Amino acid sequence: MSASSAFNDEKGGSSSVGEPEYGHDPASGGIFSSDYKRHDDLKEMLDSNKDSLKLEAMKRIVAMIARGKNASDLFPAVVKNVACKNIEVKKLVYVYLVRYAEEQQDLALLSISTFQRGLKDPNQLIRASALRVLSSIRVTIIVPIMMLAIKEAASDMSPYVRKTAAHAIPKLYSLDPEQKDQLIEVIEKLLADKTTLVAGSVVMAFEEVCPERIDLIHKNYRKLCNLLIDVEEWGQVVIINMLTRYARTQFLNPNINESLLEEGGSGDKTFYGSDEDEDEDEEEKEKKAEAAAMAKRKPYVMDPDHRLLLRNTKPLLQSRNAAVVMAVAQLYFHLAPKAEVGVIAKALVRLLRSHSEVQYVVLQNVATMSIKRRGMFEPYLKSFYIRSTDPTQIKVLKLEVLTNLANETNISTILREFQTYIKSMDKDFVAATIQAIGRCATNISEVRDTCLNGLVQLLSNRDELVVAESVVVIKKLLQMQPEKHSDIIKHMAKLTDNIQVPMARASILWLIGEYCEHVPKIAPDVLRKMAKSFTNEEDIVKLQIINLAAKLYLTNSKQTKLLTQYVLNLAKYDQNYDIRDRARFIRQLIVPTEKSGALSKYAKKLFLALKPAPVLESPFKDRDHFQLGSLSHLLNAKAGGYQELPDWPEAAPDPSVRNVEVKESVFTLLERVTTLTSVPEWTKCSSREKRKEKKVEKPFYTDSEGESGPTESADSESDSASGSESSSGSEESGSGSESEESKEASESEEEEEEEEEEQKKKKKKDLKKPVQESESEQSSEEEERKHQRKSKPRKSESESESDEDEESESESSQSESEDSESEAEVKKKKKTAESKPPPKPLKKESKKEKKEMSLLDLDDFEPAPSPQVTPVNTFLSNSLVTDLEGLSLSDSVLSPATIAPSSALKSYELLHRITGEGLSVEYCFSRQPFSPDANMVAVQMQFTNSASSDTKNLHIEDVKLQSGMRVKEFPEIELLPAGETATAVMGIDFCDSTQAANFQLCTHTRKFFVSIQPPVGELMRPVFLTENEFKKEQGQLMGMNEITEKLTLDVKCRNEHAIVQRVTTAANLSRVPCGSDKECSPPVPPPDYPVHRFAGRTVTSGSLVLVTVATKEEGAAQLTVNCEKMVIGTMLVKDILQALTQ
Amino acid sequence: MIHSLFLINASGDIFLEKHWKSVVSRSVCDYFFEAQERATEPENVPPVIPTPHHYLISVLRHHIYFVAVIQSEVPPLFVIEFLHRVVDTFQDYFGVCTEAAIKDNVVVVYELLEEMLDNGFPLATESNILKELIKPPTILRTMVNTITGSTNVGEQLPTGQLSVVPWRRTGVKYTNNEAYFDVVEEIDAIIDKSGSTITAEIQGVIDACVKLTGMPDLTLSFMNPRLLDDVSFHPCVRFKRWEAERILSFIPPDGNFRLLSYHVSSQNLVAIPVYVKHNITFREGSSQGRFDLTLGPKQTMGKAVESVLVSSQLPRGVLNANLNPSQGTYTFDPVTKLLTWDVGKINPQKLPSLKGTMSLQAGASKPDENPTINIQFKIQQMAISGLKVNRLDMYGEKYKPFKGIKYMTKAGKFQVRT
Repeated sequence: MSASSAFNDEKGGSSSVGEPEYGHDPASGGIFSSDYKRHDDLKEMLDSNKDSLKLEAMKRIVAMIARGKNASDLFPAVVKNVACKNIEVKKLVYVYLVRYAEEQQDLALLSISTFQRGLKDPNQLIRASALRVLSSIRVTIIVPIMMLAIKEAASDMSPYVRKTAAHAIPKLYSLDPEQKDQLIEVIEKLLADKTTLVAGSVVMAFEEVCPERIDLIHKNYRKLCNLLIDVEEWGQVVIINMLTRYARTQFLNPNINESLLEEGGSGDKTFYGSDEDEDEDEEEKEKKAEAAAMAKRKPYVMDPDHRLLLRNTKPLLQSRNAAVVMAVAQLYFHLAPKAEVGVIAKALVRLLRSHSEVQYVVLQNVATMSIKRRGMFEPYLKSFYIRSTDPTQIKVLKLEVLTNLANETNISTILREFQTYIKSMDKDFVAATIQAIGRCATNISEVRDTCLNGLVQLLSNRDELVVAESVVVIKKLLQMQPEKHSDIIKHMAKLTDNIQVPMARASILWLIGEYCEHVPKIAPDVLRKMAKSFTNEEDIVKLQIINLAAKLYLTNSKQTKLLTQYVLNLAKYDQNYDIRDRARFIRQLIVPTEKSGALSKYAKKLFLALKPAPVLESPFKDRDHFQLGSLSHLLNAKAGGYQELPDWPEAAPDPSVRNVEVKESVFTLLERVTTLTSVPEWTKCSSREKRKEKKVEKPFYTDSEGESGPTESADSESDSASGSESSSGSEESGSGSESEESKEASESEEEEEEEEEEQKKKKKKDLKKPVQESESEQSSEEEERKHQRKSKPRKSESESESDEDEESESESSQSESEDSESEAEVKKKKKTAESKPPPKPLKKESKKEKKEMSLLDLDDFEPAPSPQVTPVNTFLSNSLVTDLEGLSLSDSVLSPATIAPSSALKSYELLHRITGEGLSVEYCFSRQPFSPDANMVAVQMQFTNSASSDTKNLHIEDVKLQSGMRVKEFPEIELLPAGETATAVMGIDFCDSTQAANFQLCTHTRKFFVSIQPPVGELMRPVFLTENEFKKEQGQLMGMNEITEKLTLDVKCRNEHAIVQRVTTAANLSRVPCGSDKECSPPVPPPDYPVHRFAGRTVTSGSLVLVTVATKEEGAAQLTVNCEKMVIGTMLVKDILQALTQ
Repeated sequence: MIHSLFLINASGDIFLEKHWKSVVSRSVCDYFFEAQERATEPENVPPVIPTPHHYLISVLRHHIYFVAVIQSEVPPLFVIEFLHRVVDTFQDYFGVCTEAAIKDNVVVVYELLEEMLDNGFPLATESNILKELIKPPTILRTMVNTITGSTNVGEQLPTGQLSVVPWRRTGVKYTNNEAYFDVVEEIDAIIDKSGSTITAEIQGVIDACVKLTGMPDLTLSFMNPRLLDDVSFHPCVRFKRWEAERILSFIPPDGNFRLLSYHVSSQNLVAIPVYVKHNITFREGSSQGRFDLTLGPKQTMGKAVESVLVSSQLPRGVLNANLNPSQGTYTFDPVTKLLTWDVGKINPQKLPSLKGTMSLQAGASKPDENPTINIQFKIQQMAISGLKVNRLDMYGEKYKPFKGIKYMTKAGKFQVRT
């Protein structure tokens, strides 16, 4: 640890070429530096009148400090310059002061008066800087002065000074912990501050000084949530971590019902919770059953504040700062309902592209998460594949994650990857891979034999480490079920001739000894061979030979008595005393003589005791009792200052503590005005600025506060604010309307935070309510209802509103009409507002998009985390696909999709009469919009009871879904008399994938495992497009999103009618009316050969699906599918192709 | 939070230390050196090392370890991210972040560190604010400073810290107003022995260089924004606008910055622009191995594949390689066993190949692993995902800026297993 040559020369700069601080110095020529009192020159320079000399001196001093040299003897000379006019000198003096004040307390006091003067300066930045330095001087005598300064600064006009005050709090606390009470008062005051600048710093101070005073947060909770997005990134991390803890104490566990159900089902039990805690489980189950009963009585309703936190943190997943992303991820992991946690996976996977240190931390957390929530990361399996260039520690962590993600369906791919890894040059990594294989083998019984065989092959590897590791893993695997694998033990016995690695030899011998009953013939023979080579063996092998001999002697003394004697005799004269001791001990134990004590009776018990099988489990199991993302979690040990993540409370504490009485905030008004004036009018729409601006216009956070609080006055106040705004907007018309609209939307979104909740409840009650409404519309409706005076609602609004009244009779056409409606509106708007920046098509699209987004928001459903259709298969080569037959979904899906062209709705069998013991169930995709949730596909089920007895309580249980998918169960059918049929409709959100939804169909007596797998054509709903719109959309979905296939039409389907019918049967699309064929662009087919177009949108994500069938002579045709979701497009092409050619 | 920072060079010397709270003895780094010794490769030093009284969190950049000393619980990523930000700032200021550059500018470094952290908590990390406080050294300024004795420290106060757009300096003036955007996409892929793609992803970034006067407000829209699956933004981007309209709307920082990084939806098939034919064999018993590698373009949409560089870590048993490239040059380092082949541009008519023999250690058995081939390449004027910027508009200022957009595709972590 010696310093480099350039840096350890105490004698100064005489020999220093690389030292800049001397190089620049005109005075360091050699006169002073050769002087033994090396600091005299510096002192002289500091005392001089010239600023440049002082600066030079200070630079050299700072350079000394940077190198860790002691410059404390210059203190008096430096401190004199604290009042220097030159700003850089001053700053460098501050640096020096902060560094050495602790050592020279008395002298440091000389500088205090300068700072005290600075605290009174009219310039806020000078006040801040004075406070910053003053509080950084660690001199106990000035504690009262600091306290005073902090208190004063905490009520300063300038938020920047208040921020500095917040920073000063932990400094003072570490200097004198006795000031805690007073400091808490200051913190309480600063927590109430309403600026983003202060928020992060004060929460930091809170965390350092009084993290246990969670009660201080109540009043500020909603404010913090709302400010969060505008706080600087470092503050965000601290706030999010604190709020996680807060939420854990104040809200109920959102997963309480689900976790109980899961436990009850026990089909989806984790691998790890297997044998050893069975007994515990029983008790737990009982307890949980009780709790479940309780939970059923009282359905869980999420506290709106809880929801607020989740919603306001979610956008931060998009932050560029990995720490922020991680903080949000852990918040979601610890606080969000299970169905919503999935959103964080994508962001975490993104972080894996970052620096290796970031990867290291993220992978540690992913490893922990993947144990609890395997489904979340499954779609991203490939992102954890290992590259040969990864550092070993990253490789090992990725391996850990891959192992955690392994299950029956993907194990073959994972094992294939592992095979590649085993050949790596990085032997530590190979060893880890072998262990991972071992774990996969224990967890997934299907592949246990394959893994074992693979591992046995590795025994012939040349690398010692590989062999040793394999033997050890095999040993563990065999210990779990030795009786089945006597042939492997035999095989290993054979290996003793070849394997020279001592560890491996020892392991083999131990195995043979342990399971000598399974290989009664071979074991003595092995012992014979070993006895022969005993003297040449390594020590560990010798010890195992003795053990083997002892065990054989006890079980098969007839054959091995002499051999054992021989081995023991050899060992008696061994050079190693351990071996001699062992031999002596064993001889006494197993060979009964009159001298041997009572122990020999128990020899058999001693040696052949049943050893517990080692448990191969993840080192990351149960790490989640530490808050994720924390240092303690990373180290798996409690770090100093770690705040435990509290358990969820049994009953929710009073939520009213968070209510705040409304106060007009003058400060914010003053502060915010500065730069806002420069923000142009049109940026108002939903931007950061906009948010801030709103804060100016309106009292701070009246939106949420007013809503939740019972105070009537607050409510009316915010109402009138937004009301006047929107009315002015409608008057404005033209260019204003667009921005106004979105503004209104986002505004009301915030405003209606609570209301939204209510609405949700309402929605549940009133299933008939139209589902296509977007939030913007809905919320504006709300507004409308409130402000009756707003006379002319926009068209689309009135549309949806009237829909609401109309009940659901016209539901099927609704989506179409509404779409075209909004489009027309956009066009109109476009005409009036030509100068608007975004071009027309984009705007249209974005508008639609917005609708969908807000629709999702309304339901509090996160957009599904990449609903991939068996991501495993999409990229795989043919050879791999054939290897993995049975995994591939795409093939199997296509078969049911070959719909007979004539039948309108094809029904599929869910449960056969015989397997169902009389109950048969058929289902079909009714193609009706599923009213409770527009993102779901309606599945109509027909139950027929052909048994002789009644069936009762038909319902669904234990739904198992890929991540992102959701199911809305049909209401329980109480009674289905014998011979009767009944129908029910359920909704499934397939997330635009053809993954099957698996669930149990339960009757009062039995449960049947069933699954529904949708043909791709059912994953969409028809939309109405005109031909021009169709072409425009098609133009935007070119390239990779377009799939074209040539085909020859079936003889029976060459007329228009047949084609249309077959296509619409194969996929739920609507036809685009054609007629203007002749007038459109040049490459038109001759009119004899018409082009048929069909359009639809996928149900979940609303991506457009455009199908074109261009007919040509002789029944030739060309089929084009444009869809952003390539998988859907590809599958659809196949389906339609099949429909048209058969 | 962060107590102290030590900078350690490759040979294990502490060449800079900075303390934000009371001084922590540099002997704490001994634990780090221990860990360093234990790790075989420099990048295998664990980022977090617990010691009896402190925790060391380190990052390795440009062969310098930045070791932060912390005393109590803090999210490790917080520290790591901050350290990387420090390195980025140094790079921004000095052009490079090397030991020499840091030593040359030790005072500026110290001033920067002083501003970036207050009592161990990040204070000003935006490069624009820092530049207002401390001017980056240039040759001219250093000269002038030595002569006139003027300073590097800005005379103005950091007003940027007070504004609602903390990332932008106030009072920016340019005679040529320009805004350039580079759309750079990287393909990460693992290609199987048989040439099939095991995994392939596209990660893209949009780097911007904006030199515009005043307070411009920009919007950038895409032809096909749906391609972007997972995005992360510079704080200047208005998130809500993106959510609602898929338009990037922002007041840009001054100078270079990364506007956006994105991931292209994994449902889109990734076009792999190059293919590799390889035949690398070792025979049992012989001290010779064959090496045969041919590269070819594939799915490049008519664009040339340039700056191709192939590297491969050959097995330890290989003593030397005697190869013959059809174009470009190759080097083989017998110590690290690293083979690099600088191919240059791929000519589709005459595919570049590298053929020859490898000599192995006599008597040693044949290596059981085959080397992985890493490929780097560049394709100009194309974003492989098909992402296209639709238009860029400026509001809030009167002048007409010059706008430019450049597309490029690069290989990210592109590996071919053999």
